[in-house]
Amino acid sequence: MDTGRQTPTRRQLLHAIGLMGGTAAVYQMMTTFGHAAETRFPGPPKLEGARNGASVIVLGAGLAGMLAAYELEKAGYKVQILEFQNRAGGRNWSLYGGDKFTEMGGATQNVGFAKGNYLNPGPWRIPHHHKTLLHYCKAFGVALEPFIQFNHNAYVHNVDAFGGAPQRFRSLAADFEGNIAELLGKAIDQKALDTKLTAEDTDRLKEALRSWGMLDKDMRYVKGLGSSSHRGFELPPGGGVNGAPKPSDLLPFDEVLKSGIAANMAFFMNDEFQTTMFQPVGGMGKIGEGFAKQVGHLITYNAKVTKLFQDKSGVSVTYTDTAKGATTTAKADFCVCTIPLTVLNQIENNLPEKKQAAIAAVPYSNSVKIGLEMRRRFWEEDQDIYGGHSFTSQEIGLISYPNNNFFQDGPAVLLGAFANGPGGYRLAGMTPAERIEAALAQGSVFHPQQYRKEFLNGASVAWNRVPWVMGCCARWNEETRAEHYQTLVAMDDRIVLAGEHASYVGCWMEGSLLSSIDAITRLHKRALEA
Amino acid sequence: MLKRPLLIAAALCALATPALADEPGPGGSKPPVARTGEEIYRTYCQACHMADAKGAVGAGSFPALANNPRLGTTGYAAYVIANGRGGMPWFKDMLSKEQAQALIGYLRTHFGNNYKEPVTAADVEAFGQRPSSRF
Repeated sequence: MDTGRQTPTRRQLLHAIGLMGGTAAVYQMMTTFGHAAETRFPGPPKLEGARNGASVIVLGAGLAGMLAAYELEKAGYKVQILEFQNRAGGRNWSLYGGDKFTEMGGATQNVGFAKGNYLNPGPWRIPHHHKTLLHYCKAFGVALEPFIQFNHNAYVHNVDAFGGAPQRFRSLAADFEGNIAELLGKAIDQKALDTKLTAEDTDRLKEALRSWGMLDKDMRYVKGLGSSSHRGFELPPGGGVNGAPKPSDLLPFDEVLKSGIAANMAFFMNDEFQTTMFQPVGGMGKIGEGFAKQVGHLITYNAKVTKLFQDKSGVSVTYTDTAKGATTTAKADFCVCTIPLTVLNQIENNLPEKKQAAIAAVPYSNSVKIGLEMRRRFWEEDQDIYGGHSFTSQEIGLISYPNNNFFQDGPAVLLGAFANGPGGYRLAGMTPAERIEAALAQGSVFHPQQYRKEFLNGASVAWNRVPWVMGCCARWNEETRAEHYQTLVAMDDRIVLAGEHASYVGCWMEGSLLSSIDAITRLHKRALEA
Repeated sequence: MLKRPLLIAAALCALATPALADEPGPGGSKPPVARTGEEIYRTYCQACHMADAKGAVGAGSFPALANNPRLGTTGYAAYVIANGRGGMPWFKDMLSKEQAQALIGYLRTHFGNNYKEPVTAADVEAFGQRPSSRF
């Protein structure tokens, strides 16, 4: 296609701007075009021309390991994957009816969900800018559907506000914004703001506050059709004789502040939590299944790695077949190790001392998820809530409503807890039955009439007790990043680590994939130089 | 009088920390406040070390605290709980000094451990810190 010679290409234009104004100008221009800030995904790696017979052993069949295997096999390497579990996918996982899960300590749960229902114990939502993951979902035929991240009609509950009564998100947010707008308007009138705004700017700001906060002509946030159009009506607009709407009462502002709604609003502004978000059709585990369709033939399951050694001639990995008890040593030229650091830290190895120190320096976060199957979708039928989350300050953290099969009859699974920090530890320390009871007791605050009545069965996963990871995700801080991160990701002779722990997108699938691409790109370069 | 502004500042910092993981959201996951050694153990520790403190085995293992001679000194337990070890996170910003003292005292006198000398305030100096920023 000839787009005309007179028009410079985007690249030429950027180059010209770069010459004139330097990189800052280029960056600003790129942002204007909508490119720069979106992703670190460089596109799938173009590795090719592996040396004849060169081999790689990949430890772990999670997303990082399977992506490494897929791309390295394509590049011509002989690849083998060792996996501790009897399934692929790692933390990308869904529990369905008929599944059995035994946690550390021995408690076993038999999941009783109806056909098609599931709990995503780990990852459950995908930001629209996690382009690596989206790329491979498309490439591997994993169908995605919207994840309802933000629902104005769901609830916010704080034990310290409104006497413990939950409020609709929209009412709290509208009353917060309305009051802030009114206060700021007063401050402007009293010249209480030390600003450099011109009179014209001030007029614009006041007009913005009026429309943003739904203030009246006197710049006051009051009960009326204006405020109700944000916060919800007492009687919504209708048709015919009695169609006129009735406005709703405002909430007391001191209680609005106590509810912590500003933090909830800020949560949705976080770039990882902005809409649009996605989920795979049929459960998050479909992504792992999609990857496994590509590399399943390379995987040895039930392989518990006990030793990881390298020398000048290659890498040797000793593993025990946990089903049959046999011990084997596998050899390869190179190794991509995606074993979580919690576990790798306990595997005998001859990695450099600094590397071992880095592996031992990164603790893992905790989290607990609980799925509750309900007889019917009372949140939809009785409360007009379709997907999204109701937040609480109790230890369950939130409940989250299913994002698919809206309006359907029959049982549905809602997420009855997503707990981390102190509450997550306490729930994890309970027996599975105690966790369900806690989830029912605490979640009832949102749906007191229906919650226990409609409950059928439940399942929980406490990540501390998941045998193959013993925690949720790597938890870095500024000090450990400074001291250990580069050591952790550096390739040591023949071994390179990959996974969410080796990224700055920690605890996201995107992080594990970006880490994997970076690791195998360096491995391939090293292999060609060797 | 200095204390109040500091507390408010700490709260603001906590709120302003950007989320860098897929997490529940703000304000959640608060258990009832644990005060006695046993309550603190049940709330924070048995998730990994198990209700009987015997630890557990998976792809790796969680060590037993029951019959553990390392609890013979107060300093070792205080150091590990404050700073974490391997996959175990640091608890110096999750537990107060009083909670740490109660917990370590409890561990040293239960689960087959029998170390009577008291845990001092100096042993738990490291606890009660502000949460560290993550990145």
